[in-house]
Amino acid sequence: MNAEDVDRAASEAVASVRAADDLESLAAVEAALGAKSAPLNAAKRSLGALEPDQRKELGRRLNEARAEVATAVETRRSELAAAARAELLEAERLDLTESPGGRAGHLHLVTQARDELEDVFVGMGFTVAEGPEVETDWYNFEALNLPPAHPARGMWDTLYLDSGEPGTVLLRTHTSPVQIRVMSESEPPIYSVMPGRVYRRDTADASHTPVFHQIEGLVVDRGISFADLAGTLEAFTTTYFGRSIHSRLRPSYFPFTEPSAEFDITCVFCGGDGCRSCGGTGWLELGGCGMVHPNVFAAVGYDPEEWTGFAFGFGIDRMTAQRNGVDDLRELFTNDIRFLEQF
Amino acid sequence: MKVLLSWLREFAPFEGDPVELGDQMSDLGMAVESIDHVGGGLDGVVVARVLALRPHPDAERIQLVDVDAGDGEATQICCGAFNMAEGDLVPLATLGTTMANGMTIERRKLRGEWSNGMLCSARELAMGDDHEGIWVLPGDLALGTPLAEAIGVTPDVLYDLEINPNRPDAMSVAGVARDLAARLRLPFELPTPKPRRAGADAPWGAGRPPTVEISAPELCGRFHVRVLEDVVVGSSPAWMAHRLRCAGMRPINSVVDVSNYVMLELGQPNHTYDLDLVSGPGLRVRWANDGERITTLDDAERTLDGADGVIADAEDRAIGIAGVMGGASTEISASTQRVLLEMAWWDPMTIARSSRRLGLRSEASMRFERGCDPEVVERAAERFAELLATSGATLLAGSLDARGELPDRQPVRVRTARVNRLLGTDLDAGAVAAELTPIGFTCASAGADLDVVVPSYRYDTRTETDVVEEVARHLSYSSLPSRRPASPQTGSLTDRQRDRRRLRAVVAGLGLAEAMPSPLLSPEQLERCGAPTDAMVLTNPMAAEESVLRTSLRPGLLAAVAHNAAHRNPGVRLFEVGTVFLPTDGVLPDEPEHLGVALAGDEAPAAVAVLDVVLESFGIEGWDLHNEPTPGLHPTRSARILLPAGAGPTEAGWVGEIDPAVVEALGIDERVAWLELDLAAVLARPAGPAHYRTVSRFPSSDVDLAFVVSDDVSAMALRRTLVAAGGDLVAWVRLFDTYRGAGIEDGHRSLAYRVRLQAADRTLTDAEVAEVSAAMVAAAGSHHQARQRG
Repeated sequence: MNAEDVDRAASEAVASVRAADDLESLAAVEAALGAKSAPLNAAKRSLGALEPDQRKELGRRLNEARAEVATAVETRRSELAAAARAELLEAERLDLTESPGGRAGHLHLVTQARDELEDVFVGMGFTVAEGPEVETDWYNFEALNLPPAHPARGMWDTLYLDSGEPGTVLLRTHTSPVQIRVMSESEPPIYSVMPGRVYRRDTADASHTPVFHQIEGLVVDRGISFADLAGTLEAFTTTYFGRSIHSRLRPSYFPFTEPSAEFDITCVFCGGDGCRSCGGTGWLELGGCGMVHPNVFAAVGYDPEEWTGFAFGFGIDRMTAQRNGVDDLRELFTNDIRFLEQF
Repeated sequence: MKVLLSWLREFAPFEGDPVELGDQMSDLGMAVESIDHVGGGLDGVVVARVLALRPHPDAERIQLVDVDAGDGEATQICCGAFNMAEGDLVPLATLGTTMANGMTIERRKLRGEWSNGMLCSARELAMGDDHEGIWVLPGDLALGTPLAEAIGVTPDVLYDLEINPNRPDAMSVAGVARDLAARLRLPFELPTPKPRRAGADAPWGAGRPPTVEISAPELCGRFHVRVLEDVVVGSSPAWMAHRLRCAGMRPINSVVDVSNYVMLELGQPNHTYDLDLVSGPGLRVRWANDGERITTLDDAERTLDGADGVIADAEDRAIGIAGVMGGASTEISASTQRVLLEMAWWDPMTIARSSRRLGLRSEASMRFERGCDPEVVERAAERFAELLATSGATLLAGSLDARGELPDRQPVRVRTARVNRLLGTDLDAGAVAAELTPIGFTCASAGADLDVVVPSYRYDTRTETDVVEEVARHLSYSSLPSRRPASPQTGSLTDRQRDRRRLRAVVAGLGLAEAMPSPLLSPEQLERCGAPTDAMVLTNPMAAEESVLRTSLRPGLLAAVAHNAAHRNPGVRLFEVGTVFLPTDGVLPDEPEHLGVALAGDEAPAAVAVLDVVLESFGIEGWDLHNEPTPGLHPTRSARILLPAGAGPTEAGWVGEIDPAVVEALGIDERVAWLELDLAAVLARPAGPAHYRTVSRFPSSDVDLAFVVSDDVSAMALRRTLVAAGGDLVAWVRLFDTYRGAGIEDGHRSLAYRVRLQAADRTLTDAEVAEVSAAMVAAAGSHHQARQRG
């Protein structure tokens, strides 16, 4: 075999490598080129029969040829691997817009509002207290300066239960009994809020449901005054509703507080300019509050000369319904998925 | 309480913007609910007389009315009201009149008949709430006169005030004026009434002098009686009728109207008797006898009890219920000539109870139960006589005045330091007195403090704190200081509250929506859903559907599923975290907190998966399910949940599928997977921080073990046996295949578990793996008669 033969054999080998059209046939070509009978291998074996000069020359040439072929194989292998990967990837092509999507869970709007309210008060140094929904008359009324036959009991339409003496066990009409429980079970200072479900014997309509949710707050400490009440409600209002929303207090009456007040907030719809939602006043009624009545302290054994305190409360449902534009409170409790999924 | 600005002005010179006056009233705690302008917009409305009433030939709900508007001619009007008669005087809006609501009256045809104007109700003229027909005008008015002139009405402002129960003084026009005048530092004066008086020698009751006796002093603090003669019962003057109408009361006749007018003006309810119908010489105030009967003014017979007060005549017959309603037997009629006028002070609690028990809540009882002014009765009687004098009535000179027990009016010590401590202010005694004196509180200096005598019209105000509230009110709440207290504690949620929030987040994270059904149910709902029927029962439910408290979350959530199904929204995945109410031996029920999950369109394993996620999230291991039936759930697809507890497994609820019969009864046409879990053992576990278990750096070995086991053996029980037998080397055991069919005997199935074994400190040898596997197979065999499958 001479140099021309080597060149030709190399060209043929490279051509066969390039002709392989998949990795499998490339492997077959490689095997064929590696066989003893393959021309370049045969040529290598025949080198020993040559004169030293010729052997050196042809040997060099042969090595170059083998390197050429090896390079061609590697080049072809990566070309074919890339093509195979491209084919596979193409076969896996997806239109991701065909995805059916997931189904998110939802917390109830009232739960979300309650959690947010709790968080604001926790941030202000309050704890969260809870109590039973079925209560005795003592916790719900009597300890709150509402002795039996007190005319102001008419302010709460009460649902009673067939348990114990008639008229002594009831569904709590407010979360105030939790205030009594907290005070009965611990000593001041107290900085707590009491969220929860309450019941009134009310016909359901767009602005009333017989079952609804309230949050109340109670602070008892030395030197607590009406000023602390006003400041606490103002801090809550600006934190929860935003810096431009403020609170104001107006005289009111509750048996368990004195002085008592209604508290209003800047109308969140018009910012105080006056609109339909606030009846043109620029203010929205939020809840009631006042300084804890000395008789309430007496009921739980606190000395009203040593301790003073304030309490406040408002409806979670009505506030959040107003905020979220739900114009009928009954919507909150139909459990229609089209409602639940909105929040 | 509705008050006219013109009426308020009779007591103090109020001027300026009516809206600003309203703001002051609101700030004083007399919240202005509405401000209406009345008496304007009457241009073009004239007095007309009904000449004839004829049916409309082509419309049943309209009649044809011929009226004379002063020109002597009959003008035809189509009218939808039928309350007037021939000869009545009525307001006619003439053609071109613009009504209060902006509508302009034009000549038009109604079903083929011409209408040449409009006859008006009081409300259409913005003269009150009355809309029950055309306003039939009182008295004798000149036809064609502009209505405003005829009835003496000028444009006025009507405030609707919300009066708190602790403001008896503000239940009167004069009281509102007093409070407002004090705020504005205006002079306030109650004019002295000038009644027409009979001669000083006129006989007191013409031979039948009444006497008064109070035999229940705790019921009646004062009983004041006057007699009027020459009374002619007719209609009231138009201006008075107008004011009553604006206040929301209907003019009746001159005596009743004056009675109401005095009540509205001075806050003193009063009662009139036809003196000639009162039997015997005297009246006696006493408690009613149990079962005593009386026919009241509304012609209803009422049965009284010993806690009602009555006014009895000389024969001891009740002729009125104290403070609530008079009796029919002495009622004023058209023929009444002599009136016995009662001005009394009744015990507020008694009146509150009686009026509520009898269902007779009236303007009078509302005032008595707040506590009236016992000192205003003479003035009120004289004012009554003055107002009735226009119809000729004369007031006899004498009076009878009996007294029972009246509220204590000892001075209240008001400590200046206490005022400042409660209000956060820095006032001195003089500044405190400056707020109290203008509203009639008499303040005497007592060192740095005050001794305050509360006026008789403030029954509510008795304690130092009551007085402090008055100081705050008149200073204005909005001008009091404001500051934020520094809580000495770190705010936080309890472990349970935090856990409950996390539970909701975990379940919502599974794609479930939180529902909030009412805990009030019907007994049938409990029964239908298989929930315990031993429930707390309401004694005064609004409806049978809301008459018991839930013992399970199941009825409420299933109702929610049914609601959605009925609105073509199948497949809803709902949950609730809430209390149920379980009766106990005590008066209060247990209120355990439950998690309820309803997965519409899913089968039981979906609910088990939710349970699994929840329990793993709360680090609860070693829980178990016992396949067994329970009412309301699918009999062969339900299991009791057992959670590990100190003394052994605790029952903690049920998981499975709702019974197909229940689902069908609720109108749901898909399966509903169900979970209800008592959270007592889940939330706020006293676990402390979860302890780290070393993550092994050595290779693990997996072994697959399949067993043929009876259907009676639960896969979970077998799994637990494998875990126990494997000991410390078991990383986990998972069921990966269940097979029934060829090669497996009936009543059995094959359960295949993958077991991962791993040691923290070494690579396990084949021998160790084989040893553990053998121990597992042996345990499965001995505990469950499980045969390893090749």
